[in-house]
Amino acid sequence: MASRKRGAADPAEERELLSAGDVARTVARMAHQVIEKTALDAPSAPAVVLMGIPSRGAPLARRLAARIAEFSGVEVPTGTLDVTLYRDDLRRRPTRPLEATTLPEGGVDDKLVVLVDDVLFSGRTIRAALDALREHGRPRAVQLAVLVDRGHRELPIRADYVGKNVPTSRGEDVAVLLSELDDRDAVLLRRPLDPTGEVTP
Amino acid sequence: MRHLLSTEGIDPATALEVLDTADNLKRALLGREVRKLPTLRGRTVVTMFYENSTRTRVSFEIAGKWMSADVINVSASGSSVSKGESLRDTALTLAAAGADCVIVRHPASGAAHRLAGWLEEAGTSVVNAGDGMHEHPTQALLDADTLRDRLGSVNGRRIVIVGDVLHSRVARSNVHLLTALGADVVLVAPPTLLPKGVEGWPVTVSHELDAELPTADAVMLLRVQAERMHGGFFPSAREYSIAYGLNEARLRLTPDHAVVLHPGPMLRGMEIASAVADSPRAAITDQVRNGVHVRMAVLYHLLAHEEEANA
Repeated sequence: MASRKRGAADPAEERELLSAGDVARTVARMAHQVIEKTALDAPSAPAVVLMGIPSRGAPLARRLAARIAEFSGVEVPTGTLDVTLYRDDLRRRPTRPLEATTLPEGGVDDKLVVLVDDVLFSGRTIRAALDALREHGRPRAVQLAVLVDRGHRELPIRADYVGKNVPTSRGEDVAVLLSELDDRDAVLLRRPLDPTGEVTP
Repeated sequence: MRHLLSTEGIDPATALEVLDTADNLKRALLGREVRKLPTLRGRTVVTMFYENSTRTRVSFEIAGKWMSADVINVSASGSSVSKGESLRDTALTLAAAGADCVIVRHPASGAAHRLAGWLEEAGTSVVNAGDGMHEHPTQALLDADTLRDRLGSVNGRRIVIVGDVLHSRVARSNVHLLTALGADVVLVAPPTLLPKGVEGWPVTVSHELDAELPTADAVMLLRVQAERMHGGFFPSAREYSIAYGLNEARLRLTPDHAVVLHPGPMLRGMEIASAVADSPRAAITDQVRNGVHVRMAVLYHLLAHEEEANA
């Protein structure tokens, strides 16, 4: 399998949107927002679980859970949810490798599930995630946390927690690098040198 | 991947990708009430079996259905084949009727390759589910998957394959796949049940089962294929069983971690003693269970991607 590591030098113009420090601060801010919005440290709090969407949503969910524990003292269970088998574009791309799905202990039934992903773009990944999640149980509610919202939605989907809103053109590529999978933490905006070349999201 | 016709010359990276997909599918379905994925909705899979089969046909059918493909079964009896239609015409008919994938079992070695050639233009994928005495690639993949489950890996393991190698497509597919994945394969059989040219295979050949058992990580038994034997390959069933059957005494010669595999159908008391087949060391029902996930993975790699330009 080809390495899915990002950050190698492509023949593209590249700009750093978030540095490693920015990524850490953004995740911390999102953790505070999750605590505030879900009131998960209140006595009658709903049971919150974080489900990361591989590949980069998975480490992001674990980081978010660590900050939530740090700020609120509440350990939030995390899991991963691979949505590949539920995508509507399988026949438009080369074979996608599958990744692991691991449910948090106690499952998702009657939980407040926060889906975590790196970039929100067309919304199709989240559509697939909602379908995939349904197979594993019936959450009380589902929310969405993304590190970057780059616009261009094709479905009526919005995020509850956004690390950074980035206006982009369709031809650009937003790459989130996380040290668990890449050589560093960063968010990059890449513009292909060929202006007609559509970059795949 | 366009077709799956053989494991000969298979790229180990591709094989491992399919096995990883199978593992992820297994995990994705674990503990679910509804074992149904939408992945292959609207794709049509036809199984075309010119030979009898229980597990392979059922396994492919379940694999397709769990991924929401429409699966249609055609058998030689009860179809136009019994009126004299050729393999080629039957296949072209199925492709014209809208089959995206044809899974074929046929008594003639090479049938799946011919079929793939005829269906190239139609863009239909072909999976070889056993062609004569040639290959049965999905069986080898599910055997490798089971070995990975039980032993952790295939690489560096010593796999002893015992019995009717001459008539066995399972043995051929396993030799190619397991050696590609880095295993040491030992074939044990009487000289009459070894194919011509076996010296050229990347394996060790032995006629003494007891000598090979102490170093075996896995013992794979092959069915004695009476239906393909027209002549005296060994004096009697009893004698074969004494020399090459895996009984409890022989099982004790193997290391404690060694796994027993059998592709089925088993002839209890012939190549395998009943107590061995039912022992915890036997992974025979695991093989069947893994077979479904491996075949789902194969269908995923064949059907869930963009159309490739005809090479």
